[in-house]
Amino acid sequence: MMRLQILGTGCPRCKQLLANVQQAVADIGEEVEVEKVEDIKEIMKFRVLATPALAVDGVVKAAGRVLSPDEIKKLIAS
Amino acid sequence: MRARDQEGKLFMERIRVETLAVQRECDLRCLRRRAVTALGAVGAPVLWWLVYRLLQPAADFVTYRLLSLAPHTHLASSISFFLFEVPKVLMLLLLVVFGVGIIRSFFTPERTRQILAGKRESAGNVLAAALGIVTPFCSCSAVPLFLGFVEAGIPLGVTFSFLIAAPMINEVALVLLFGMFGLGVAALYLATGLLIAIVAGWTIGRLRLERHVEPWVYQFQADGVAGFVEESVDWTARMAMGRQAVKEIVGRVWPYVVAGIAVGAGIHGYVPQGLMASFMGKGAWWSVPLAVVVGIPMYSNAAGIIPVVQALLEKGAALGTVLAFMMSVIGLSLPETIILRKVLRWPLIAAFVGVVAAGILLVGFLFNLVF
Repeated sequence: MMRLQILGTGCPRCKQLLANVQQAVADIGEEVEVEKVEDIKEIMKFRVLATPALAVDGVVKAAGRVLSPDEIKKLIAS
Repeated sequence: MRARDQEGKLFMERIRVETLAVQRECDLRCLRRRAVTALGAVGAPVLWWLVYRLLQPAADFVTYRLLSLAPHTHLASSISFFLFEVPKVLMLLLLVVFGVGIIRSFFTPERTRQILAGKRESAGNVLAAALGIVTPFCSCSAVPLFLGFVEAGIPLGVTFSFLIAAPMINEVALVLLFGMFGLGVAALYLATGLLIAIVAGWTIGRLRLERHVEPWVYQFQADGVAGFVEESVDWTARMAMGRQAVKEIVGRVWPYVVAGIAVGAGIHGYVPQGLMASFMGKGAWWSVPLAVVVGIPMYSNAAGIIPVVQALLEKGAALGTVLAFMMSVIGLSLPETIILRKVLRWPLIAAFVGVVAAGILLVGFLFNLVF
């Protein structure tokens, strides 16, 4: 099952990314695991320099910006 | 046939051939899209300019004709100020945030880190401050960024130069200053902001405060997971980033702008001329330290504070005092300090705030002396 992780310490943009991810997943209807990573030490394991960030199956696909549900859907599809 | 006619015919023939070639690779829908984009690219700035020129007349019209307020009264003053400034500032913001969003698509934190890694101090401080202006930065990213910089071997002082420049010298502040006070003040703010970022960062580096960084930062070992690799960005994506920036920034900031202008309008209409001069003017030397001390715990984004700044200046406050106030409000924020607490111990945070405050103080005094 695909695993989406949202990396962020809890600022409004991180919450927005989580909301967008949840909407994209709901729209697609597939089974996708969604996890919010808030602990800074865990986030740093992904070696990102800017949050919020989105990782698909452990690989960071975007960092520092909030993706729209459409963009997230494209990421899931690829 | 005469030579001119022949040239004309050849020219038309070339156009016909090229149009056919374009059409072959781009069907009607694509042509229409390109035409619309081209129209938009030319038309949008023109439209913007026209509306911008009409703002003052429109504000006057509403205040004095529609609302029938008597001229030269406090209320009329405040209202016309408000009606003019709100759309004006929002339009400026729109333009600049879009433009800077595009500029920022060329700079990522990863690229900045690459550029800064391995640079010694002094040169590193200057580069870091300059990059702080153009690299997208949000204070919630302060910690990941700090860790990433440390990991790349960037000296503490250089990292601080970046962290000081990034929030303080932002495009919103520069544009608003330009729009309201002209190129001179905006350039001044840019130059002094850079100077403070460079010197303060360098000073903090000299103080050798590395022992006050939380130990886990230096012990941090990456698992070897590949870092984020940025995908290549084409111009459509860049424009999308510009639009995204406008939605995010202007969308978030406009209430502050309106509130700030409302306060400014009140000051503009009701505070007597010269009142500010008495306690924020050049004569009151203690106004600069007071402005800095009041400004540090306050946090507003640039958009909200600048209209207030304009009104204060208008009423006789000294330029140095007002600049110092603005820099300490925008540059030093309590939320960011709290976030940095995760990676820095209090002595280092105190040093950070202290050095930057001292820099702002000096700038304030200097300006009151010179201007």
